[in-house]
Amino acid sequence: MRVSERPFQALAREALADSQLRRNLGHATATIRKKRAAAVSELPDWEELREAGAAIKERALRHLDEYLVRLEESVTKAGGEVHWARDAREANRIVAGIAKGHGAREVVKVKSIATDEIGLNDHLAKEGIEAVETDLAELIIQLAGEESSHILVPAIHKNRAEIRELFREKLGAKDLSDDPRDLTETARRYLRERFLSAKVGISGANFAVAETGTVCVVESEGNGRMCTTLPEVLVTVMGIEKVVPTWRDLEVFMQLLPRSSTAERMNPYTSFWSGTSSGEGPREFHLVLLDNGRTQALSDPKGRQALRCIRCSACLNVCPVYERVGGHSYGSVYPGPIGAILTPQLTGLGRKGPDSLPYASSLCGACYEVCPVKINIPEVLIHLRGRVVRNRQDSGSPAAKLDPEGAAMRTLARTFADRRLYEAAQKLARAGQWPLARGGKIRRLPGPLSGWTAVRDLEAVPRETFREWWRRERG
Amino acid sequence: MSQAREEILRRIRLATRDVPQEESPEDVSVERSYRVESVSPHEEVVGRFVENVSEYRASVRRVGEEELPEAIREALARRGARRLVVAPGVPDGWIPEGVEALRDGEGGRPLTNEELDASDGVLSGCALGIAQSGTIVLDGGRMQGRRALTLLPDYHLCVIYEDQIVELVPEAVRRLEGGVREGRSIVFVSGPSATSDIELDRVEGVHGPRTLEVLVCRR
Ligand code: SF4
Repeated sequence: MRVSERPFQALAREALADSQLRRNLGHATATIRKKRAAAVSELPDWEELREAGAAIKERALRHLDEYLVRLEESVTKAGGEVHWARDAREANRIVAGIAKGHGAREVVKVKSIATDEIGLNDHLAKEGIEAVETDLAELIIQLAGEESSHILVPAIHKNRAEIRELFREKLGAKDLSDDPRDLTETARRYLRERFLSAKVGISGANFAVAETGTVCVVESEGNGRMCTTLPEVLVTVMGIEKVVPTWRDLEVFMQLLPRSSTAERMNPYTSFWSGTSSGEGPREFHLVLLDNGRTQALSDPKGRQALRCIRCSACLNVCPVYERVGGHSYGSVYPGPIGAILTPQLTGLGRKGPDSLPYASSLCGACYEVCPVKINIPEVLIHLRGRVVRNRQDSGSPAAKLDPEGAAMRTLARTFADRRLYEAAQKLARAGQWPLARGGKIRRLPGPLSGWTAVRDLEAVPRETFREWWRRERG
Repeated sequence: MSQAREEILRRIRLATRDVPQEESPEDVSVERSYRVESVSPHEEVVGRFVENVSEYRASVRRVGEEELPEAIREALARRGARRLVVAPGVPDGWIPEGVEALRDGEGGRPLTNEELDASDGVLSGCALGIAQSGTIVLDGGRMQGRRALTLLPDYHLCVIYEDQIVELVPEAVRRLEGGVREGRSIVFVSGPSATSDIELDRVEGVHGPRTLEVLVCRR
């Protein structure tokens, strides 16, 4: 998986200097946040749906081998072909092989994070095949030669004037206003030609049903329908964690996903197909099942929950850190809170970039609250911080042993694990903090801990702890 | 190929060693305490469907069965649609005089993508509607035809009967189950194609039909 070797803090500092980016992002996340809350409040059974969504994903993950084998069976029975790819290289080779087998010089693609993750477009380019991104935002990004900064609205860092310039230059559209309507129309005309002539389409998958072999793509623009319907050959690349047990399970996700992601009651288009058995659409269907680090993430029972993610991006939009630094700072295709826990698990620890990600958070917990499949992101962040620190210590350098954060984490872990120690520490903290706390915040910690507060305020320890309050009121 | 398969399955089994050997998938309980069946009166459900579809900036009109042909004629006339793609099962009586019907599969010949692209619109029925989300479901049945028919033309006029409307997503998913098992392709359409990619400004239509019009018909 392509991932930055530079730590989050360094990338974030650069992003913070870009005020245009911050304005665009702030506007976008605030807008979506408000809309999402309204869409969710319409459903009286939202919490029950979240519970069910989390449970279905957990069921699938705990028995992933069984469900993948079942999925393979049902897709094959429906006339499709299933391929397995251990890593990005293998997946790319499979897709390129299929495209070349059909003599395709150009393939049309619907936006897919899995194919971004494996760098499919670059690989195809090396093989002489042009991959045309057909999602409007992806097209903008592709024409600009940039990387996406948000799972859902990848071009959110670009404004209309910038997009007009891009289309003028790259699509030769001379008389073009910066009205989004005009810009969209230009893209429509350009892309329609591509759809009608393409022999091979490539997509990702939002869900795949083990029981029936049905693959599902959720989208807004119709390019997903185009790519999965018109070409003779369709190749879908999906992470192995996207499998769900039964058709019926989709009744849960078709409610959770649109409201969490674009804050709509339903996204404009969702396509479901099973192999080639409908007797129309592509005559050949290939499903590529991608591991690429997922089994590694699966092997951590606490971190595993990150694989439930349905990529709705709700956690990005509520994250105060993401709102300021944007997607590029996370150094991989998975930005925001989910990126902070998923990327290091997919790539493995021990590298500067991924190791820094569990620290890219204020642990405010907003991400957990909105997550439609109840991934406890703060819990996994803390868990991964512990793993990063232990991993550094195991690597045995003397500096690692003296690392004040490592020592603090060890003490914290001991304290949190013991109720008496914990309460004693709270008392001690209250007594010890008064010279530091101002207005309920601690802005500067002394000595070796100052690094912690150099970049964040610490909530001061309250006058009375919850436990003390409980004993006084109820005890 | 099978080498990768065996390797991935082996990795999964290794990674899930914490899962007890005797646990079966069904042992991981999935509580379905969310709503699966509507308790609202059907007239209210139809009302909600109409409301939610129109919120997508799709136009919706309610008609009685006897008014249907006239409503179709009016809609097409307003649009100036003369060359109309029609799904195989659409009754002849729906097609107004003076409108050329391009019927897919007539004489054993499917319409080409170019013909679909060059048409003025498509007229279809649907499999069912979901009130909760304002969704129209197409399942490739004779009233809808294959997926390309309702995708390439720029204008989609869709007829839905009131008794095809359910309130909740789970009710729709249950009704579709049989078709899915037969391998049918299904499309959920909720309003016209739309994008909010440019400064979150909503623009209708990048690729699918840019205009969706729905006639809700009482039987
Ligand atoms: S972690 Fe949860 S909230 Fe974040 S993108 Fe994934 S499903 Fe959505």
